[in-house]
Amino acid sequence: MPFEIFVALRYLRDQRAQTGLILAGIGVGVGVIIFLSALITGLQVSIIERTLGSQAHVIVRAPEQTPRLLPLPGDALRAVTVERPPQRVRVIDEWREIEAGLRRMPEVVGVAPTVTGPAIAVRGQSSIAISVRGIELDSYRGIVDVEERLVDGAFDLTGARAVVGTELARKFGIGVGGRLRIQAAGDRGGVYTVSGVFDYNSVSLNESLVFISLRGAQTLFDLGGGVSALELKGSDIFAAEGTALRVADRTGLDAQSWMALNGDLLTGLRSQSMSSIMIQVFVILAVALGIASVLAVSVVQKSREIGILRATGTQARTVTRIFLVQGALLGGVGSLVGIAIGTGLALFFASMARNPDGSPTFPIALTGLLYGRSIAIAMAVGLLAAVLPARDATRMDPATVIRNG
Amino acid sequence: MGEAASPPPVLEARGIYKTYGERVVTEVLKGIDLTIQAGEFCALTGPSGSGKTTLLNLAGLLDRPTRGQVLVEGRDTAPMSDVERTEFRGSRLGFVFQFHHLLPAFTALENVMMPLLARHGRPQPWIRDKAAALLEEVGLSDRARYRVTDLSGGQQQRVAIARALVVDPVLVLADEPTGNLDTESSAQVMELLRSGNRRLGTAFLIVTHEHAIAQSCPRIIHLVDGRVSWDRTTAEVQQADGALR
Repeated sequence: MPFEIFVALRYLRDQRAQTGLILAGIGVGVGVIIFLSALITGLQVSIIERTLGSQAHVIVRAPEQTPRLLPLPGDALRAVTVERPPQRVRVIDEWREIEAGLRRMPEVVGVAPTVTGPAIAVRGQSSIAISVRGIELDSYRGIVDVEERLVDGAFDLTGARAVVGTELARKFGIGVGGRLRIQAAGDRGGVYTVSGVFDYNSVSLNESLVFISLRGAQTLFDLGGGVSALELKGSDIFAAEGTALRVADRTGLDAQSWMALNGDLLTGLRSQSMSSIMIQVFVILAVALGIASVLAVSVVQKSREIGILRATGTQARTVTRIFLVQGALLGGVGSLVGIAIGTGLALFFASMARNPDGSPTFPIALTGLLYGRSIAIAMAVGLLAAVLPARDATRMDPATVIRNG
Repeated sequence: MGEAASPPPVLEARGIYKTYGERVVTEVLKGIDLTIQAGEFCALTGPSGSGKTTLLNLAGLLDRPTRGQVLVEGRDTAPMSDVERTEFRGSRLGFVFQFHHLLPAFTALENVMMPLLARHGRPQPWIRDKAAALLEEVGLSDRARYRVTDLSGGQQQRVAIARALVVDPVLVLADEPTGNLDTESSAQVMELLRSGNRRLGTAFLIVTHEHAIAQSCPRIIHLVDGRVSWDRTTAEVQQADGALR
């Protein structure tokens, strides 16, 4: 064992009460950090999963149609009211090439061509306005795990089959095997058999969203072989905005990230993260001050011994390292205590608050990364906190401290 | 054919001055000239405030003179950096203090090992063996694993002597090594110092207030008011004492 660690360990062991108290202090601090991080990360993951479970990270569409004013001959002026044309389902030109290009982007993990358009679902005398989404199941399940949302039947979109939400099924009084008519603009439509029922945990989506095959939707909206959108999933959900900008830049199409589409949610998540970070910063500061004060006291208490070590040939830099090692050890061991406290607290909290189905009301995200980060932060804080006391120890004049000791 | 060069003295002080303070200046040493040869066993005596401990600190490279030169084994210590002085101290010099100044968190064996551990960076079997052998020589092999706080004053001073000798020093500087001990322990400690001097050829400079301890050393250097008042062999001192009677 290196000399510095040997001496540092012995000093920490020798000052048991002091070491125990500061370890408890660091432990509580790191425990709070772990508990807060686990809770807030868990909550955010849960919120994002619930909100974005039905959404792609980026949706690429053809640009909206806008009216253009043609120049008049000469300097003639005109006063006009320009009306925005009604937007029909727009098609992405040469979407297969664009899709292939998007798949080659390193941050893109999945691309799905879709057709989305408005329609009316009709059953008997009832009719409900719906949004029809035509998908290829193989590519779409790489973007959204739709099958996980199924509560009845199967996600079978072959032929004239459709998957509807629980709310639409309830309002129409149908289930798997039931039939409904889907009517689009221009008198296009057809009768579909319900193959499955999904639940997106959203009344509006459960009522208005209906899945059919991509080919069926292309026919329904008279798009030929075209698609209205390419939906992307990226490797990092929080990098979606950057991905959207790059896609728009490369393709000239409209690309919108989930962040742009859910601005309020993002602001809420960011505010939550910021408050959590602020709390953690103050806790880290308190831990750092605790370690620094204990080591400062230790330097004063050990001044005579530092003098003896220096007199008997211990270099000043070695004395510095002894105190830095003490700081790092306090941080490291304290973080292990903190991991135990934080994990225990988080698990206790999760076990106390549960939904009727037994799942935790407050999901917690205890990960190896969180533990590793906590240990690294605590050790770094311990080291930094030890710098000043270590410098004081190095500056001691051995002759003076021996004489006065 | 020239004569073989004689080895340089282990310690040579040339015109040493030492002052403390900036606004109120106290001159503690006022021009000390002193030479200690290899293997010498010297007492440094003098009244309180005469500058004995200050001289010892300068000789031990724990402090720098305000003026003058300190040479150890013929090497001028003035241009040495702090790192070099510490390295030199840890490899060529040994210290025994009045209050033994051991490290209370460590065992007797670890205290003896400490100078070598600091120098070599990590424990090695030969360091442990050497420290254990020295503890045996000072009669404490059965106390090797005791915390030094569990040892008597005499035992602690013996541990301090073993620690001073563990680096095979050319010079051991002892500041009142018997100052806190009873007569029997004092005699034991002095015998251990003499034994180290005989066996290893190490020079010793021992600060003492005790007449009997000083008389047991072959050479006595007496300081008064920051100057060497006299520097005599014990025989000369005894002769002078006899003449006075």
